[in-house]
Amino acid sequence: MKFFYVAATAEVEPAPVHAVRECVERQFGVPVRHMELPSVDFAYDAGRRQYASIPVLEMVARHCPSDALKLLAITERDLFIPVLTFVFGHAQLGGRAAVISLARLRQEFYGLPANRDIFLERACKEALHEAGHTFGLVHCADAACAMSLSTGVRQIDSKLAAYCGACSARLGRERRTEI
Amino acid sequence: MKIHWQILVVDDEDVMCESLAAWLREDGYTVDTASSGREAIEMAGRRDYAIYFVDLKMPGGMDGIETMMQIRKLRADASIIIITAYATVDTAITAMKEGAQEYIVKPCNPEEISLLVNRIIKVKNLQRENTILRKKLSRQYCFHDIISKNARMQQVLKLAQEIASLRSTVLIQSESGTGKEMVARAIHNSGERASRPFVAVSCAALAETLLESELFGYEKGAFTGAAERKRGKFELADGGTIFLDEIGDISPKLQVDLLRVLQDRAFYRVGGSEEVRVDVRVIAATHVNLQQAVTEGRFRDDLFYRLNVIEIRIPPLRERKDDIPLLARHFLERLAHELGKDVSDITEGALKLLMDYNWPGNVRELENAVERAMVTCRGRILEEEDFSFLAQAPAAKSLSIPPGISLQEMEKQLIVATLERTNRNIRESAGILGIDRSTLYEKLKRYEIPR
Repeated sequence: MKFFYVAATAEVEPAPVHAVRECVERQFGVPVRHMELPSVDFAYDAGRRQYASIPVLEMVARHCPSDALKLLAITERDLFIPVLTFVFGHAQLGGRAAVISLARLRQEFYGLPANRDIFLERACKEALHEAGHTFGLVHCADAACAMSLSTGVRQIDSKLAAYCGACSARLGRERRTEI
Repeated sequence: MKIHWQILVVDDEDVMCESLAAWLREDGYTVDTASSGREAIEMAGRRDYAIYFVDLKMPGGMDGIETMMQIRKLRADASIIIITAYATVDTAITAMKEGAQEYIVKPCNPEEISLLVNRIIKVKNLQRENTILRKKLSRQYCFHDIISKNARMQQVLKLAQEIASLRSTVLIQSESGTGKEMVARAIHNSGERASRPFVAVSCAALAETLLESELFGYEKGAFTGAAERKRGKFELADGGTIFLDEIGDISPKLQVDLLRVLQDRAFYRVGGSEEVRVDVRVIAATHVNLQQAVTEGRFRDDLFYRLNVIEIRIPPLRERKDDIPLLARHFLERLAHELGKDVSDITEGALKLLMDYNWPGNVRELENAVERAMVTCRGRILEEEDFSFLAQAPAAKSLSIPPGISLQEMEKQLIVATLERTNRNIRESAGILGIDRSTLYEKLKRYEIPR
């Protein structure tokens, strides 16, 4: 029996973790397990005042339990890769580990009034997106598909928390070979 | 249609290289990395990348600008993006002057890189589509457009290349759909006549008298409706090549006329008395066995020998099955552009199914099958079920009779094949075979064919 692990670092509040768990369970139909992850402070880059996503993803991969189908980590820290100003998340393409950052998903980050529903919905969409990468899915041209590329929250908001027909079919095939 | 484009990321810092490569891979591109300018140039020599991301500052005596200049020597149409952490106007100007397509400062906004890559790929896609469409429009096929790794096919192409510059008449004998016209055009385009016209005539498409005036032209008043003098295909092809397809179908009278053209390179227009002299290379093609037609008296032997100066036999697809994956992938890539569908690959299972199929319609049938599968498929990869329509046509299985078997063995094979085709219906099979039911029963018993 394989489990879909949803892990969070200590600073993450329970609500987004719950939302992501439910969303993942509904989408993939496998039992979801929770686990805690150590802090990602070791990846802090003082020059950029952000956290390097590559060592974070490596740490997540090291914590992947043997009975894990996938391990999706959630952190509050703002992640980056050297060439980009930020990333919403990062995943091993066709691997087991993925991480999403909640830092830029809140309306407050952009100087707007807080909105809990919007925040949780964005977290779910990003979770599905990064999980999709771990199943080998690449970006989808369909702007409504969870696998479409989002370089800003507007694009996240315009997509659905679901995969399009083509991505669902491919996901089904990948899962048949993985399970 | 991203999968076909490859990207090279060049940076001495491993983390930079790998993180950008991983980010681009998530976008569906095939990405390689190089840790120095020298390595990048070596890789560019081996593979044609669509986009190069090159870091400006690299140690080892070869910086980004130098690397870019070397790459551009190898690949003139490469799109190169220079990345730097320290933006100065000077370096930006130098980079652009030396041919960089873009100049980005890291860290860069994800949206910026995404738009940049999309814009370059869009142009590349259009360029490629343009090349395909131009080729399709002008049908300027060359030998490298004929896709094959099959040994027999390679021999055929080698022979065709060797005779391209001669004026000798060529006879191409092969089944329908194997690409007779494509080979004929490749011969024409590789020879000295390439700049002169290539005129194709399907002899089976026209009635005898029509074909005659089509080939040789006619004088004004030659027949009702001949209001103007018209030049025929032979005249239009003067200096070039005439391709006579389905030559086996022409009438005895035209066979005589053609023989005269081949012998004297001269003819009369219909209704004319003035001899017209032309310098035309003739490439004839047929799907019927002309030798056999000669034996049966349907085709003149003297014309056959005149045509058969150089004989080219293109093997049917079922005899060059090793080409099926190659061809299927080629059609897939071309049709993805033409149909505008993001289908990028074909599974091993589907390829096996294609390899097992008999292909009575040869390469043309394969092309149509790939197109049909691509139109109806739902995913980005063609799978076995996308080709399920092929399995529904077992009746198309042809009976091949290898020389060296007895008449009795042949009769047995024919009976088995007929029974398969009629779903073992005895009455229908007997009807097709033209024998009584009792005779069929008798033969089933004699050949021990299970009912």
